[in-house]
Amino acid sequence: MFRFSKPALAQVVFLAAALAAASPARALDDFGLGRAATPDEVKAWDIDVRPDFAGLPKGSGSVSDGETVWEGKCAVCHGTFGESNKVFSPLIGGVTKDDVKSGHVAALKRPDYPGRTTFMKVATISTLFDYIRRAMPWNAPKSLTNDQVYAVLAYMLNLSEIVPDDFVLNEQTIHDVQKMMPNRDGMTYDHAMWPSAAFSGKKMKPDTHAKVCMKNCKDKVEVASSLPEYALSSHGNIADQNRHVGQVRGQTTGPSAADSAAKKHPAAELADASGCLACHAVDTKLVGPSYRDVAEKYKGQDVSALLFKKVREGGEGAWGDVAMPPMTDIKDDDLKTLVAWILKGAPSK
Amino acid sequence: MQRGSDTDLEAMAKAANPARIRKAPENFLGADEIAAVSNGRRDFLRGAFAAAAALGAGAAAAEESPKGDEMILKPQTWATTLGQPVAATPYGMPSKYEGGLIRRQSPGLTQVAGASVSFMPLQGMFGIITPSGLHFERHHQGWYDIDPNKHRFMINGSTPEFVKKAKVYTLDDLMRFPSVSRMHFIECGANTGMEWGNVAVPTVQYTHGMISCSEYTGIPLRTLLEDCGVDWKKAKFVLAEGGDGSAMTRTIPIELVASGEVIVAYGMNGEMLRPENGYPLRLVVPGVQGVSWVKWLRRIEVGDKPYATKDEAVHYIDLMPDGQHRQYTSIQEAKSVITSPSGGQTLLEKGFYNITGLAWSGRGKIARVDVSFDGGINWVEAKLQTPVLSKCLTRFNVPWNWDGKPAILQSRATDETGYVQPGYRMLREVRGTRSIYHNNAIQSWKVVESGDVGNVQVL
Ligand code: HEC
Ligand code: HEC
Repeated sequence: MFRFSKPALAQVVFLAAALAAASPARALDDFGLGRAATPDEVKAWDIDVRPDFAGLPKGSGSVSDGETVWEGKCAVCHGTFGESNKVFSPLIGGVTKDDVKSGHVAALKRPDYPGRTTFMKVATISTLFDYIRRAMPWNAPKSLTNDQVYAVLAYMLNLSEIVPDDFVLNEQTIHDVQKMMPNRDGMTYDHAMWPSAAFSGKKMKPDTHAKVCMKNCKDKVEVASSLPEYALSSHGNIADQNRHVGQVRGQTTGPSAADSAAKKHPAAELADASGCLACHAVDTKLVGPSYRDVAEKYKGQDVSALLFKKVREGGEGAWGDVAMPPMTDIKDDDLKTLVAWILKGAPSK
Repeated sequence: MQRGSDTDLEAMAKAANPARIRKAPENFLGADEIAAVSNGRRDFLRGAFAAAAALGAGAAAAEESPKGDEMILKPQTWATTLGQPVAATPYGMPSKYEGGLIRRQSPGLTQVAGASVSFMPLQGMFGIITPSGLHFERHHQGWYDIDPNKHRFMINGSTPEFVKKAKVYTLDDLMRFPSVSRMHFIECGANTGMEWGNVAVPTVQYTHGMISCSEYTGIPLRTLLEDCGVDWKKAKFVLAEGGDGSAMTRTIPIELVASGEVIVAYGMNGEMLRPENGYPLRLVVPGVQGVSWVKWLRRIEVGDKPYATKDEAVHYIDLMPDGQHRQYTSIQEAKSVITSPSGGQTLLEKGFYNITGLAWSGRGKIARVDVSFDGGINWVEAKLQTPVLSKCLTRFNVPWNWDGKPAILQSRATDETGYVQPGYRMLREVRGTRSIYHNNAIQSWKVVESGDVGNVQVL
């Protein structure tokens, strides 16, 4: 429980408590639970930034400072130009100088345009400041200083060709940037999926008006799409995903799970169960190096103990600036098995 | 096809299933048959079904002992030996025969498992409550099992005028407040999102499995805001914030808070929330898409402007054909799906089936569900199973006698506001095919002669 430290305050509390005791029963909706939040506590948690910039902290960062932050802390997942599709969909790309003028991203009208980047969609620069500060880098959220957030955002705006190379983003210039956001007028509130008129300013009705018809509702049945044959097996063996009793069975669309588990290397299973595959793959680099690359790097060296310690305690530097968190939950024997398997090149069988 | 009353159901059941001695194979396929299938003979299965159908027609009697079913005539181990003691599994687990019904990821949908989805196995579920261990998952930055004694919950105003007193509560505090328990569905806004343009996935687990339904226990957020002295006149929006790495934030409609519907929940299905679902505290926002049900809830802020957080300004916005995005789309409109039989399943033989499925609406109760067997030309009204609750899953059933001919099964929900679930043609006319979110179109399952059921889209 929080305690008042000042004696004077304590006396007031004491007095109030004495009064309360003297009066009859306390009202049942006066719960007396919880305590006042201190100003420092509110400051520590209340970090949201609204589109009207309420909550925006002071600070500044240049495009070139941002480049350093980006290359050190972001590029590994999002790509050198924010174009990577490896860990998440691309952040940068798809916006033009004309969009910056018009406030609508033209490519969004094109059904043939492949994918939608963050900058094609976002209308409010506050959103990106707020989000990067609270959640990025993904594996070390809330680790950036405010200046670093300004800087990296300046760099992303520069990559998107919204601001020039010598631009400095701060709590003032961010207002100008808002006026250049390529999709700033790209949102509409004309829909019935918010429970009040708070956004649309008027009562909205749902946008479809189906009717209950019971007999001869149409002349013919038009099957517009069905599952292509290859997609039937894309989700494994459906027989394994259904009960083996009841009114139906699952269709056999691939080898049974029991079968393929038997064929899989036990260490591969272990890596999966231990959460390693969230960041590592056998032959492609994800957040961490591919296991093939690890095996290649340490070929012929006796590094089992070293790698055991590294995984157990976590760390960075061998492959880049991104740290591996300490893997504390895995048992010693299991970790030994994994390290040995990785050093053998992570064979699948 | 008649309306579904209980007497009809019984009559149909009798007609389809005259008393007969028939092999009831434990796993439907024998060991050697399974071996044949796993050796890659996909077409084998069709042959097996044909054989099963033949058995049903009466050929079985010759193969069976004339005296009857071995399972009855021969004493079985479980009837003649001692079973397991109490508390052998202190936290009980499903039968080992139920191992196929688990949460699964859809291959290729996301790049990393820490920002991903796992789907609930709707194809084998009964009633309306989702077993907590099968609740669908959607995490943006991995999940944690947070020590409840270290978790704090704060309420403050965006400026001090919105609440008289910013406060901090521990779980000890919160669990002393008067509590409510209510049943609600939670559906991800992107549920069925893969199917906007065309059929993409084989089974109902992947088409509709980003939904779950539980009984939640907690405190109406209204009570807590009043405990902090909220100024209802000034308050226009509420921000909810999570305590995990993503510090997930969403703008919550004040109307749903003021109505008492929004709950700060710690309980789920009689026990504490599961870690994957936000242990020890999550927001419950009935009728609104799952992303607003902020997990590991650490803070509520009251203000007078919306927040345009990442997951309401970059994602969970719905792209319309004219290139504009609808922002702050929150309510899940009426929707339904037949869960059995459904895509990827196979009917064992001709005859009686209980067509069963789920319907729900973010605007209130389900009023009726209609089912079609001919792709939407003719419909029959399904029987709604009680309870029928507001913003909660509703189970429906309808009897069907399959004649062995192709059929297309559909269900269509109507909610208490009179809103009727649309078909694909109608939905695409207004929203196109690129909106990702809020696809509540009528689902079609095509049954072919072999009994195989497949995912199709009907206009
Ligand atoms: C370890 C990998 C990783 C690193 C490093 C990383 N990110 Fe991310 N980033 C992600 C993932 C994964 C997401 C998607 C999270 C989600 O699903 O909510 C994401 C989302 C984002 C988004 C939102 C994009 C959108 O469209 O929703 C922004 C902006 C972003 N990152 C910026 C950054 C910046 C700036 C940095 C460096 C300071 C950084 N990221 C470092 C993995 C990473
Ligand atoms: C959250 C992401 C993450 C997870 C989970 C993770 N790793 Fe790593 N791993 C990394 C990163 C990042 C590096 C590179 C570290 C560096 O540059 O020193 C790495 C490096 C490694 C290396 C090479 C170390 C070296 O010094 O060359 C091994 C071996 C390894 N990981 C094994 C594992 C095993 C085994 C597990 C599961 C028990 C695991 N990792 C889980 C991110 C992860």
